[in-house]
Amino acid sequence: MERLQTILLVAGLGFFLFSALIMGVWPYTLLKDVPVASLEELAKDIHPSFNDLSQRYPEVFSEYYGQPNEAAYAKALERGRDIYIAEACWHCHSQQIRPVSNESLRFGPVSRAGEYQNVLQLPQLLGTRRVGPDLSRESGKRSNDWHAAHLYEPTWVVPVSVMPSYKWFFETRVNDEGDARIVPNEDGLAVIAYLQWLGSWSEIPPATFYNAGQVIGEGGK
Amino acid sequence: MTSITMSGAPTAAVTARSLVNRPLVHAHLLAGIGWFLVAILAGLLFSTQFVRHYLFPDQELLSPGRVRMVHTHLVAFGFIFNCLLGGMIWAVPRLCGQRILSDKLGWLIFGVWQAIMLSAMAGILAGHGQGVEWGENPTWIDPFVVVGWVLVVTNLIVPILRSREKNLYVSIWYFLAAFIWTALTYVMGNFFVQYWVPGVSGAAVTGLYIHDLVGLFVTPIGWGLMYYFVPVILKRPVWSHAMSLIGFWGLAFFYPLNGVHHYLYSPIPMYVQYGAVVSTIAVELVVTTVVINFFMTIRFDFDTLRTSLPMRWFYTGMVLYFITCLQCAFQTTLTFQKIIHFTDWVVAHAHLVMFGVFSFWIFGIIVHLWPKLTGRQWASRRLNEWHYWLSMIGLVIMFFDLTIAGLVQGFSWKALSPWEESIVASIPFWWVRAFSGVMISAGALCLVSNIALTARRPVTEMAPELQPATT
Repeated sequence: MERLQTILLVAGLGFFLFSALIMGVWPYTLLKDVPVASLEELAKDIHPSFNDLSQRYPEVFSEYYGQPNEAAYAKALERGRDIYIAEACWHCHSQQIRPVSNESLRFGPVSRAGEYQNVLQLPQLLGTRRVGPDLSRESGKRSNDWHAAHLYEPTWVVPVSVMPSYKWFFETRVNDEGDARIVPNEDGLAVIAYLQWLGSWSEIPPATFYNAGQVIGEGGK
Repeated sequence: MTSITMSGAPTAAVTARSLVNRPLVHAHLLAGIGWFLVAILAGLLFSTQFVRHYLFPDQELLSPGRVRMVHTHLVAFGFIFNCLLGGMIWAVPRLCGQRILSDKLGWLIFGVWQAIMLSAMAGILAGHGQGVEWGENPTWIDPFVVVGWVLVVTNLIVPILRSREKNLYVSIWYFLAAFIWTALTYVMGNFFVQYWVPGVSGAAVTGLYIHDLVGLFVTPIGWGLMYYFVPVILKRPVWSHAMSLIGFWGLAFFYPLNGVHHYLYSPIPMYVQYGAVVSTIAVELVVTTVVINFFMTIRFDFDTLRTSLPMRWFYTGMVLYFITCLQCAFQTTLTFQKIIHFTDWVVAHAHLVMFGVFSFWIFGIIVHLWPKLTGRQWASRRLNEWHYWLSMIGLVIMFFDLTIAGLVQGFSWKALSPWEESIVASIPFWWVRAFSGVMISAGALCLVSNIALTARRPVTEMAPELQPATT
């Protein structure tokens, strides 16, 4: 047991591969028949909030994304996911609702494995820490305006928030009358589109979930 | 059996001077300390966000989220990696009586690794971070890390292969296993999850990666170095050979099975989660044998803890390791997970392991090796004492503070209080955390200034290994 070959082959290689087999490969094979949705497939179902973005910020939207069609939605979702990773949003927000600790009352239906079978969960973003709330049922809970204000300066809408502000998601536009307006830029639009997409496949409307101190309905049971 | 285990050391000591590439060890330790400084300053900076006094608000390149990734990444791959590598470049040739394969290769690895760390830091700050916990360096750096590790292994495995010892010393078992584990772990966590395994199965693999990085890279190399340095400093063999066998094989079998405990109550199949919980409890029990082995090696030689700073660092790390194991066996249960998952409890645990255990051991090694590497006695014993006490007390404060904060957060969420209440309740704890970070940083500055002062002293030791090892 103290020999070189035993240690390299049994401990180093053997035990590791054994663990990868039963802890990694086996769960993988259970899900292998659930198709992994491509970006194009995901973008077929354009969430109404994306159209809303195009009307609310027409100038920047048309400049960066053109028409609110499937191609534009795919581009925005992917870019939004990339920013979600690069800014480490996933270190303080989870995308995973557990069946314990009243999470289904607070956030919505418990997460299911099939929900994650898409390319935007490559790498997966379940998360391991919540400083802010879970985001996997975020779609439709709040308006695009709320998200824009929140990303620009979180304390404007959540006074006690410790979330950083993301001013580089925004730019200043001057309209024909000479009024300057701060609007989301390409990144800002993408992040809002991505946040409004999270959980958009849920069959239970977000208004029934727990909100700000009171349980409104019987969501998530 | 102890005669076998110790036979390498005395013979090696005779020719030790020509065996070890001291400047290379010195360079790795120095680089590690440099990255440590950057890493804890990043952590301290990040902690100011939580008390709403972030020092560089609205600076894209110093956005708190990015700085947080720099903190963890540099701790693991800048500080701990460099120092453990330095420790192995010191210990392996002495245990095997053989030089490393190539000094030039050693220096190449050193240079390339620091370049990798610089690019990783720059990449993360520029907004190219990867979405893998503990693997946040940009994806294009991953292949370089793998090649770098293969070179490290090549350089260190050749002296082991050339050694004529048939029964290898326990340190070498750990190093050998870690050579393979680290390569496989890194590839699994950074490539499979990034390109091929999405969603829930990806989470299972990520769990393995997060845990294996600590359990199959840092832990075995850390233990291997303890098995080397503790007997060398005490001039006494390890207490029980049988126990080191149990400890090693227990770790080798159970540790790789633990990872999924990072995603309990997730949609990962429950049998995988139950398996992870059971094997986590098993590994903590088995690893306790290693701790007992070391306590019995030190036995009642408590005076050493007063006179020898390295032994004090090691001993403190062992005690904290035991606490870590004990805590782990409880917190991995589903009962605990209901409340503590997603909270600061886990952050406290991570700091206890990575700082309280492995960093403390590394500091012990640094304090022990520095006079031997530079030929200069430490300029100030007092600064080293300050480093110890500030780090130790800072860590203990941080641990208890964040553990309690985690409970407060967990119960607040469960009680369905508005989310904001958990933030308001946490802020006092986050103030204390920032304060403990200041203490730890101050301790690190003591070490750095002592190193600077020591460098100005005259070289006094011509044959360092003949000096008694009571620094």
